[in-house]
Amino acid sequence: MRYGLKVAYRHLASNLSQTGLLVIGVAVAVFIFIFMSALIGGLADLMVNRTLGGFAHVTIQAEDRELPVLETGSNAELLVARQKSTRDATGIRDALPLLPVIDQLSGVAVSSPQITGGAVLIRGERVRQVGVTGVQPDRVTAIVAFDRYLQEGSLSLTGDGLLIGATLASDMNLSVGSPVTLRTDQGNTASLRVSGIYSTGVGQLDRASAYVDIRTARSLFDIPNAVSRIELKLTDLYEAEAVAARITATTGLDAEPWTATAQQLYEGLRAQSDTGLILKSFALITIVIGVASSLMLTTYRRRPEIGIMRAMGASQGFILFIFVTQGMIVGLVGGLIGASLGLAVLTPLTPSGEVAAGQLPIDVAQGSFGLAIGLTMVGATLAAILPARAASRIDPVEAIGQ
Amino acid sequence: MTPPDAAPLVELRGLTKTYGEGETATMVLKGLDLTLEKGRMIALLGASGSGKSTLLNILGTLLRPTAGRFTMLGQELFGADDATLTDFRNRHIGFVFQFHNLLPDFSALENVIFPTAVREGVESAQARLRGAELLELVGLADRTHYRATKLSGGQKQRVAVARALMNKPDLILADEPTGNLDSVSAQQVMELIKVVNQREGTTFLISTHDERIAAQCEGRLEIRDGRII
Ligand SMILES: Nc1ncnc2c1ncn2[C@@H]1O[C@H](COP(=O)(O)OP(=O)(O)O)[C@@H](O)[C@H]1O
Ligand SMILES: [Mg+2]
Repeated sequence: MRYGLKVAYRHLASNLSQTGLLVIGVAVAVFIFIFMSALIGGLADLMVNRTLGGFAHVTIQAEDRELPVLETGSNAELLVARQKSTRDATGIRDALPLLPVIDQLSGVAVSSPQITGGAVLIRGERVRQVGVTGVQPDRVTAIVAFDRYLQEGSLSLTGDGLLIGATLASDMNLSVGSPVTLRTDQGNTASLRVSGIYSTGVGQLDRASAYVDIRTARSLFDIPNAVSRIELKLTDLYEAEAVAARITATTGLDAEPWTATAQQLYEGLRAQSDTGLILKSFALITIVIGVASSLMLTTYRRRPEIGIMRAMGASQGFILFIFVTQGMIVGLVGGLIGASLGLAVLTPLTPSGEVAAGQLPIDVAQGSFGLAIGLTMVGATLAAILPARAASRIDPVEAIGQ
Repeated sequence: MTPPDAAPLVELRGLTKTYGEGETATMVLKGLDLTLEKGRMIALLGASGSGKSTLLNILGTLLRPTAGRFTMLGQELFGADDATLTDFRNRHIGFVFQFHNLLPDFSALENVIFPTAVREGVESAQARLRGAELLELVGLADRTHYRATKLSGGQKQRVAVARALMNKPDLILADEPTGNLDSVSAQQVMELIKVVNQREGTTFLISTHDERIAAQCEGRLEIRDGRII
């Protein structure tokens, strides 16, 4: 086999212009593959972040509670009944012992148990209605990437810490260190201090949300043991439905994938990812066609040599091996060059923080480099098999042409 | 100089070869009988188109006869499978063709040692040593590392003779080996073949339609109308 490798290499090296062109072609296709992966991946992240801000991939909530039926007599006036949430205000009671189980489930990256509720934020004369989310202080960034959005202060929530959005802060003239009061509908209050101010670009989060320590939220909303919901991030966004189903199956809890709540976004991302898949497939097909046609040419040009080798006692297997190996070498070298090119070009193109206007949302980390090289090698090898098989079956007498 | 064991190297009995099928079928060899003794240097004569190449290719196991018996070194080769024939060819038969003899991307030495390397899977130091000796024998020691394409026609044929000798074959088939050469180069190649035949005792079967070539061989066969006469 070592000798077969030598012959294959010699064939490639002796026709540098043909080999070079072929390798460049393969490398370009690999680059396009990687570029598409990085762009579609980055674009998906951007759309997800822009549309939903920090959002959970799967949300575990308490079961729906039936709305009470409004009964009115024929002469009675209809009173407007406001139901803020159809969820059971007492939350998920039996969830806490299940948390380690959920964390261990395959596909789950991180979980964040939360207590949520409405409250008013008070500072002197100023009052604003806000949605309060109590999170574990060590999981502040689990769902929303506050570390990326922090403008001032820190993310420390322990004790009387409070995280608010920039719009809310400027509306109420708050800065880091400002003392504030939260008061709930139940009449509970908490005295807190602004520890950090973020700006996500998502209106609701920046204008009317406040994040506190989950222990603070427990006493504010009188929920001593349960949690309102558990939000999850997954390792793969597109696995949400499967993971949600698995959670429901293992724990009996009601788990909702993001796809159920953000149908349009989901469909948009799917279409985008399908488009990327088609373009990547074209890149692979280009590689296969390029390698196959180049090898067809090579085996045709080398017919007399193949005849000589067969006459000297080279087996059909040897002929097959040297030409399949040529396809494999071209795939490997082209793949490595294309991947290096991808890394060199896409790394500086990847925005370090927020994607600025006019910038491509490329994410080099999502370039699928290994997959690109692997598929290219497999594709190039498969492409080589047909011409190589034909070469191994050449009639030596005819090829030598005596 | 016939070696002591007189068992024939090759025996053909009632051998036929038909090209094509149906209406276009042409029978080129028509029940040919032939016995080749070891160590001889035989000329195969015949008009152009008489079937010399056909016979050599059958003897070289590159072409399958249509019918008849074909034994070599006591082994029946008629109907043997491709792997058996390939291995037999590699060990027992050497070729010198008229055209397209060498692998163009390989050096003279690499060409010479190909038959051993392809069997062993590596170019061993031992094979290299023998290859260099053979190049010296054919007078091309100073061309060892030349690319095949950089050699003259006569030099190429001499490298081909060296390569044919590489695996110490029992039979070397040369199909018009000088047909493409000027008379000086042709004579050099013939001298070389004579030396090898005498020194190594290798059997040569040389097809030609050139009387001057045939005159230098120790025996002659002529093919006419599909048979040896
Ligand atoms: N592959 C083939 N198909 C059909 N006819 C062939 C083929 N090869 C040789 N022939 C015919 O067989 C006859 C003998 O050819 P060949 O053995 O090459 O003769 P020579 O070498 O003596 O000139 C010729 O008539 C030739 O046309
Ligand atoms: Mg001929």
